[in-house]
Amino acid sequence: MTTSAPLKRTPLFERHVALGARVVEFGGWEMPVQYSGIISEHQAVRNAAGLFDISHMGEIEVRGPGALAFLQHICTQDVAAIGVGMANYSLLCHPDGGIVDDVFVYHLPGYYLVVVNASNAAKDFAWMREHAHGFDAELTDTSDATAMLALQGPAAEGILARAAGADAAALPFHGVATATLLGDIPAIVAHTGYTGEDGFELFVDNAGAVRLWDELLALGDDAGLKPCGLGARDSLRFEACLPLYGHEIADDINPYQAKLGWAVKLDKGADFVGRDALAQAKQAGVASKLAGFEMIDRGIARGGYAICDADGQPIGVVTTGMPAPTLGKNLGLGLVPAALAAEGSEVFVLVRERPLRARVVKTPFYKPRYKK
Amino acid sequence: MSSNIPDDLQYTKTHEWIRIEGDEATIGVTDYAQHSLGDVVFTELPEVGTRYDAEARFGTIESVKAASEIYLPVAGTVIAVNSDLDAEPELINEDSYGDGWLIKIKVTPGVGALMSADAYSRYLEGLEN
Repeated sequence: MTTSAPLKRTPLFERHVALGARVVEFGGWEMPVQYSGIISEHQAVRNAAGLFDISHMGEIEVRGPGALAFLQHICTQDVAAIGVGMANYSLLCHPDGGIVDDVFVYHLPGYYLVVVNASNAAKDFAWMREHAHGFDAELTDTSDATAMLALQGPAAEGILARAAGADAAALPFHGVATATLLGDIPAIVAHTGYTGEDGFELFVDNAGAVRLWDELLALGDDAGLKPCGLGARDSLRFEACLPLYGHEIADDINPYQAKLGWAVKLDKGADFVGRDALAQAKQAGVASKLAGFEMIDRGIARGGYAICDADGQPIGVVTTGMPAPTLGKNLGLGLVPAALAAEGSEVFVLVRERPLRARVVKTPFYKPRYKK
Repeated sequence: MSSNIPDDLQYTKTHEWIRIEGDEATIGVTDYAQHSLGDVVFTELPEVGTRYDAEARFGTIESVKAASEIYLPVAGTVIAVNSDLDAEPELINEDSYGDGWLIKIKVTPGVGALMSADAYSRYLEGLEN
């Protein structure tokens, strides 16, 4: 991405620098990619807990009598089925069925909070406003005032109980509630995440972010809590096969190709942007779809590498690939012809001009361990 | 961030180091390079006997996050490859100037652009500002 705008910093930027993080540009932000190292941070989340600054994520509040009707109009998910105090994953689609973004919709008392990807925040907000005409709904972009931390891993619940009380930590899976953290920091606590482990996401005003970060790290120290960067966030979500915008999902990829048909509720009882195209796509079937593969030959697939058939003809593209830290294998996700997306199919990944053998395997590579 | 830059080596803008002893040379990547890469998990290095021009790509080092190409500072023929890296690629992180060396070559005329430790240190300062 090229941009002339200066990079944004989260309220925790100075903390990241002080912790020795390597800082990179991501989605228009200066973000920590790693502190101690991606592998050790990854393992901390799988075995204990990790704390992520994800304040770059965008937050959009939707209020008013027409809030639900509006969200039903733009979301593929059935937002009416998200009760107060609950949240769900949804897609926003173009009229042609391509994916605008993936979002999380949190239903709080009196309003909805929609969390969008950092790199898409401005695009999504504009897109939502454009589709809000005719609905009695008020949209507010609170991204710049809101910090977001993710506390993830099997020890997250115990650490959160010490910071927020047992009630907040006992939220059901995908539950959300307001809470007071550390005695006086107003927050929204959600039992959601992007790592394949159990965990929580915490929303606070920027002013409370530094103290919350410092005190959570101190509270979780004896439980093995580590600060974690975007590198581990990516390797964790990759093992659990959670999609990343710009990789597994994009404007020219539809939900059925991305194996996200479960998030498209064609029969939710409300029309929505992209519904006609998606109904057709579902019926017609897709020519190409996402598959997970394991490298057989020695080598690592990376996003953007070509996937070829045995004759060397290009048939697809790797969306994400890396050595999976928990599984100890070189794995990848990629778009391939639907006929080759079945487990056991053999394909070739072009690594520095050399075709290397790979075999399609079951996804997710790592089965998420959520406490439900 | 301060990097370890031994005085007795020479350096490239692509963050390789070279120790030239007579007509032989040992090559690796710098402390700055290993730190930028993060956890190294995989190396792809040439066969003994392969001949390269100066500044040719001779291998790849991969971390969890990315693949990085490595370049030969001078022309030469590969006479040894660090086979320990197959099983322990993390040696590059742990000891980039020692046990994490990559290849040894027999140098042939055709020198690339090399920097002293001082010059490399100033170059890194420039990169960070």
